[in-house]
Amino acid sequence: MIATLEEAQNLKRASSRTAVASLEAVSKNYGEIRALRNVNFTVRAGQVVALLGPNGAGKTTAVKLLLGLMQPNSGKTRVFGGDPTNPQNRMRTGAMLQVGKVPETLRVREHIDLFSSYYPKPMPLEEVLAVAGLEKLRDRKFGDLSGGQRQRTLFALAICGDPDLLFLDEPTVGLDVEARRALWEEIRRLVERGKTVLLTTHYLEEADALADRIAVINQGEIIAEGTPAEIKAQTGGKRIRCITALSRASLLQIPGVTDAKHDREAVEIRAREAEPVVRALLARDPSLSGLEITSAGLEEAFLALTQDNGENANRQN
Amino acid sequence: MSTAEVVLSNTQIERSLSHTATIYLKEAKYEFLKNLRLRVYTASVISFPLMFYVLFGLVLNSKESIGSTHIPTYLIATYGTFGVMGASLFGTASGLAADRGLGWLQVKRASPMPPFAYFTAKVILSMIFSAIVVALLLVLGISFGGVRMPLAEMAKLIGTLVAGSLPFSAMGLAIGYFVGPNSAPAAINLIYLPMSFCSGLWVPYMFLPKFVRQIALALPPYHLSQLALGTVGAGANQSIATHWEVLLAFTLICLGIARIGFQRDQGKLYG
Repeated sequence: MIATLEEAQNLKRASSRTAVASLEAVSKNYGEIRALRNVNFTVRAGQVVALLGPNGAGKTTAVKLLLGLMQPNSGKTRVFGGDPTNPQNRMRTGAMLQVGKVPETLRVREHIDLFSSYYPKPMPLEEVLAVAGLEKLRDRKFGDLSGGQRQRTLFALAICGDPDLLFLDEPTVGLDVEARRALWEEIRRLVERGKTVLLTTHYLEEADALADRIAVINQGEIIAEGTPAEIKAQTGGKRIRCITALSRASLLQIPGVTDAKHDREAVEIRAREAEPVVRALLARDPSLSGLEITSAGLEEAFLALTQDNGENANRQN
Repeated sequence: MSTAEVVLSNTQIERSLSHTATIYLKEAKYEFLKNLRLRVYTASVISFPLMFYVLFGLVLNSKESIGSTHIPTYLIATYGTFGVMGASLFGTASGLAADRGLGWLQVKRASPMPPFAYFTAKVILSMIFSAIVVALLLVLGISFGGVRMPLAEMAKLIGTLVAGSLPFSAMGLAIGYFVGPNSAPAAINLIYLPMSFCSGLWVPYMFLPKFVRQIALALPPYHLSQLALGTVGAGANQSIATHWEVLLAFTLICLGIARIGFQRDQGKLYG
């Protein structure tokens, strides 16, 4: 399902790159809860890998295992070929985690100054402030920052040591659209400089915009992995909503339609690509009205992915 | 340098001694600034001992004596112990409990911070605030209570009390590992206030009921206050070595408990 030759080449190049961080057959339980089940997952040098999944899927657990903040119940975690808790590895790693409370009485520049001091070759303060968009907030106390500004400060702490490998756990939560896009730009710039990034997100759009590879995780298991194009192709593409006189059976006969169901006065059609289906719809029903086309959201992507799994299983039976 | 080279270059990054020293200094400096700006901390740990001293040492009993010791002088030693205990317990336990419970310690642990720098910073903070409390008590006593003592004696009193911050910092670390972020202040007070009373920090030891005096012998603040009183010539008759030994043993026990908490946290979701 590789869309273009270029992508095929990218993929080939990617798989030959060094593994920077990996989970090998990792399981992690919290008491009765199985947070990760036999997960295999690799982040290769110079890539942005997105771990995409809903809340509670196991994304944060995966990140914490790779940071050596906890140990797996079974399986192996590796960073730079060794133990994640190795202080040498930590000097080459930066992390942005979800935090309940950060010391509020320290100023932005003071937080950065302290974290920079931990690293052997930190970025200059001015550069960190510029990259994270915090120049005007440098003397502000953390407690006086807005939610988005706090996220940016945590991002600054993750990058200030100029690490080779960056873990970003839900980096854009609480950011408005503009700030989110600005952060995406910064992440792209880091990758241009040869950095490797693992980010977790529950926005398909974010994974699509940034990642070379996406791993979709749900209930502790990786249910799909591939390039953004591959993942999107698997997730049922577009949703078309309209009011039409056509029956469900005749809708399902239109090439490209994967599903159709009635929803109040309208009908909801799912299709890989919207355009050919819409052309066919308009041709067959001149009275069609209320046409809306939207991309499948992550929730639908999950439904599609998990349903696919179910169907495949059924077929095999 | 290409990406592959960056990744494969496995050169050992050794921290120089001066770099390590810089980290410890910065950690301590920002721990101090953080708490100095935290009004809850400064107000409670500095103003409570001073208020008690002003009321019981300067307003009410300033002409009286206990044995041959003038009360304003005697109470500097006991409220000094009280102040040191508060500065140390609140300086370590509440910060640690909050950092652990609300995820900040994880961010620090994920960074290349030397873990010991974090704890050292809290202990240094406790010692600095202990010194501030004792110094302010002395200023008040000298200015308004007619306290007079030779400089050497004063230095010995301050030194003893500031060194006495260590057992209570260790105790704070032990508490900080086993209480939640919201219950920390209550838990500290639950230990701090009864212990202070039973050790004779509020009401002088000899005026306590007999059974409380027996309890006091098992309490570390009693032993620190006796050491402090000893420097102003008002100690009880036990040997100085015994007091230090009790405090040392107590410190080691607390560090042992804190270590259990530290190791337990390594495998947990929060910590």
